[in-house]
Amino acid sequence: MSKIGVFVCHCGTNIANTVDVERAVASARELPGVAFASEYKYMCSEPGQQMIKDAIEEYGLDRVVIASCSPRMHETTFRKMLKDTKVNPYMLEIANIREQCSWVHTDKAKATEKAIRLIRMSVAKAARDEPLFASSIPIEKRALVIGGGIAGIQAALDIADAGHEVALLEREPSIGGKMAMLDKTFPTLDCSACISTPKMVDAGAHPNIKLLTSCEVVKTEGYIGNFQVTIRRNARYVNHDICTGCGLCETKCPVKTDSEFNHGLSKRPAIYKLFPQAVPSKPVIDKNSCLKLTKGKCGVCEKVCPLGCIDYADEDREFTETFGAIVFATGYELIDWTALYGEYGGGRYPDMLTGLQFERLVNASGPTEGHIVRPSDGKEPKTVAIVKCVGSRDPKKGKSYCSRACCMYAAKHAHQILDKLPGTRVFIFYIDVRTPGKGYEEFYDQTRKDGAIYVRGRISKIYKDGDKLVCNGEDTLLGKQVKVMADMVVLETAMTPSSGIEELATMFGVARDVNDWIQEAHPKLRPVETQVGGVFLAGTCQGPRDIPDTVAHASAAAAKVVSLLNKSEMETSPMISVVRREHCCGCGACEKICPYTAITLEEIDDRVGAKRVKRPIASVNSGLCQGCGACTAACRTGAIDLLGFRNAQILEEVDALCL
Amino acid sequence: MRKYSYFPGCSMESTAKPYRLATEYVMGKLGIGLVEIEDWNCCGATSGHTLSEALGLALPARSLALAEKRNPELDILTGCASCYARLRLAMYKARTDERAKYIIEKTIDMPYAAAREVYNFLDVFSLPDVREGIAERVVRKLTGLKAACYYGCLNVRPAEVTGAPDRENPTSMDEIVALTGAEPVDWAFKAECCGAAHQNDAASASRALPHRILRDAQSNGAEAIVTACPMCNLNLEMRQDGYVNRTGMDRIPVFSLSELLAVAMGASAKRIALEAHYVPSAAVLARALRRKDA
Amino acid sequence: MSVKETNDPKIIAFCCNWCTYTGADLAGLNRSHYPENVHIVRVPCSGRVNPQFILRAFRNGCDGVMVCGCHPGDCHYSTGNYFTRRRFTLMKRLLEYNGIDPGRFHARWISGSEAGKFRDTAEEVTAMVRKLGPNTRYREYARREMSADE
Repeated sequence: MSKIGVFVCHCGTNIANTVDVERAVASARELPGVAFASEYKYMCSEPGQQMIKDAIEEYGLDRVVIASCSPRMHETTFRKMLKDTKVNPYMLEIANIREQCSWVHTDKAKATEKAIRLIRMSVAKAARDEPLFASSIPIEKRALVIGGGIAGIQAALDIADAGHEVALLEREPSIGGKMAMLDKTFPTLDCSACISTPKMVDAGAHPNIKLLTSCEVVKTEGYIGNFQVTIRRNARYVNHDICTGCGLCETKCPVKTDSEFNHGLSKRPAIYKLFPQAVPSKPVIDKNSCLKLTKGKCGVCEKVCPLGCIDYADEDREFTETFGAIVFATGYELIDWTALYGEYGGGRYPDMLTGLQFERLVNASGPTEGHIVRPSDGKEPKTVAIVKCVGSRDPKKGKSYCSRACCMYAAKHAHQILDKLPGTRVFIFYIDVRTPGKGYEEFYDQTRKDGAIYVRGRISKIYKDGDKLVCNGEDTLLGKQVKVMADMVVLETAMTPSSGIEELATMFGVARDVNDWIQEAHPKLRPVETQVGGVFLAGTCQGPRDIPDTVAHASAAAAKVVSLLNKSEMETSPMISVVRREHCCGCGACEKICPYTAITLEEIDDRVGAKRVKRPIASVNSGLCQGCGACTAACRTGAIDLLGFRNAQILEEVDALCL
Repeated sequence: MRKYSYFPGCSMESTAKPYRLATEYVMGKLGIGLVEIEDWNCCGATSGHTLSEALGLALPARSLALAEKRNPELDILTGCASCYARLRLAMYKARTDERAKYIIEKTIDMPYAAAREVYNFLDVFSLPDVREGIAERVVRKLTGLKAACYYGCLNVRPAEVTGAPDRENPTSMDEIVALTGAEPVDWAFKAECCGAAHQNDAASASRALPHRILRDAQSNGAEAIVTACPMCNLNLEMRQDGYVNRTGMDRIPVFSLSELLAVAMGASAKRIALEAHYVPSAAVLARALRRKDA
Repeated sequence: MSVKETNDPKIIAFCCNWCTYTGADLAGLNRSHYPENVHIVRVPCSGRVNPQFILRAFRNGCDGVMVCGCHPGDCHYSTGNYFTRRRFTLMKRLLEYNGIDPGRFHARWISGSEAGKFRDTAEEVTAMVRKLGPNTRYREYARREMSADE
């Protein structure tokens, strides 16, 4: 007979207010196999844990049931505690009587009854617990950072500085991301490029960092410590091993196509560097616009290149590498407002810019060398309307969330206009002004003093009248309709997750939230981890944030990666599938259903009656099995079972409930 | 043959004579049967719902219930944006809001299942086969007629009721107009309120509304405005005196989509009583008919 | 012992540890109230749920069974819930064949962030099962078997 100890936690008043703990303990004492039952205010606390350890000693308990908060909260805590005792850490069951009982019910009598049933179920399962032993796997001491924006760069630098190898993967031809496009950063107004390019150069030159630009992840296998990631390097058509980045080819290329870095405000050649400070500072050929690659004629760059770097026969290439940890730093994109806001003209008017387009316009290295002029006619605007929350905080048309950075960069845009074009009238239409950050409120205040006119209300319609953009809206503080005849409109649009995030998240099995941002493991306590071991988050892939928060988040992710890579091996969960050979008929149903190819059929020598035969049976690779249990439900003979969640254990739970 | 229970609405019976005649002509050509709802009543626009929620729902629902009772297999069709808005809302509420359905059935003393859809002319003209039919029956092209398609706010809004794919920049009418050889212009006031409902009780607030629509159409090069609602049509025509005085712009003809199609399908000006328009519209159509393809 | 003749149904919910179990925890964190009738059994994946568990529950007089997993495409173990989906479409028909009202069995997709959906589902299933009344189908059989055990 097993000797089970039942420990019921009050969780302060969280449980005790709704569940009669004493009654729960009394009824637990009556259950078969229970040798001891007790209660305590906080089981997870030091004295609570000591109490359990003492009881194990005193009553010779061989398994433990703790009725408390969710096992997702403290299962690891209690397993660790059991390591110091005679009880195997896996001889533990947790009855979730907080999240799934006391917090969701109000009737004390009924909640107590339910708690008693939940404890009964856990006791029944515990009676069939068996000792399990974790094994360990080696950790590949390399990290892959996906996304070469400021988050990825920061995470890569921090991991590399700690002495581990990092591959920094970016699908564009250069690292730098969105921050490289920005002109100045709030609230200090230091030049974005001046603070980000040194970091880019550091990342490019760091002996521990390998840059994988023009690369994308196509496939991944494995698990924490051993991810096998297949990466595709898209053809560059330029041999970067010999190219010196002299730039002669770019000046001679006859093609002119929209520059993605300047968001269509200027043109670039088909052989190009993303921007002048690109890292690596070497050009690539855009296969969609290159005349040689699309029509088969031209070849000018090949002729002018003094080193013969041009290789039109270059092809996409796939290779597989192993990494111990992965950092998602895939960043954001701006929402496509043209598809959503027909009332703003749906993109018909060239003098309506997004925030990022305005950043390029006002940037000294941008298409107008920093002169704020209308793209349509090159004239300086006399009146500018800045519209905030376009696509943000708009559940009907866009996203319900706040994009967090727009209030501040809208103030910065207003400041820049007033600074470069004194006397310009700048209207900012807002819902609320949100400035939570060091020096942010002061910056906003200064912008108002500089002359920006803040109007509280959304813009309902923007249309063209002559060469003016008429903005109709409401000043909700005055309760009056307003109409601004603007020369230029800047839309501060919502941040959305980068394209391709769905595929990437699915590949790694990482969850996304309702808005497709990557879901962190816990909103407060595990903000840089995901549910998938070894996959971490840095920056805006997890949700909108500004640069200081992004950098902090990235460094935090790096710290997590470093603490993982500092270990040489790690424990794996022993809760994996096992095969009872004598019951296995070798049908192979489990082999087909296993998502990790952890099951193979192996041939064994067996005997049927007096005859010796060879027959196949299933065999589980403990390194690959992740413990999902899909095989157990597929098995016709019940030969394959999941340790920790054996068929018999779950059936015991079912029986215990139905008593 | 397509057939609908037809709700004409009061404007069709009075001020919108050219619209009514043209609709009859076009539907006849297209072989679309209109079965007028027997004993239909006022849809309740524009004041019913402001007085009482029950009245605002029950008035249109009564006609719908009658239609479903008499011709349970037919969807309901109307040519007026105001009627469409009221009828469609009654249908939507009866489907989605149990309380509203109870109020409706209690008030009209009839069951109303809301089993059939309520459509406007734009919905029907946009059906692929009807569109093909229109293209086939256009016998003379209105070449190069620069037309601003004015949908009227109530044909598209509110989106959850109408299900219109784009309530800010609808394009269905533009596509139909283009079948006649006319050139729909790109403009910004396709679905803006024309203020028809409040021209009498809140003149100062609503008089300027048609003016900005007329102005945006003309400044984008339109020679005429095409409407899908008799109320909009009336309002955009009748307010042009003030418009001309205030802005110094010229008058601009306004006529319904049905009229445009009727002319393209061969109807004479007389046949559809074009002379009944307040702003003469025959000339601009005749000019387009004379114009040769460039 | 046998299930009492009350209309307070017992419902068992097999919940995937990675999504619905988390969603139920979140419902707790949000203090979203739902009926006490729903009892969660934690499983690593909805694909772990063997039809045998469900048959056993119904045989024992359980009034309703839920199997809740990640949304199709979002399985923590990449494909487990696809098997769940297929398996329990067939399961419903097997139950019907055995005289168990299919309204007693529900397979649902509830993610870790959908606390509201978990609450709504718990309420909805409880209401539906309550309407169907106690599951007495195998009561006699179970009683006989149990007395034979003794």
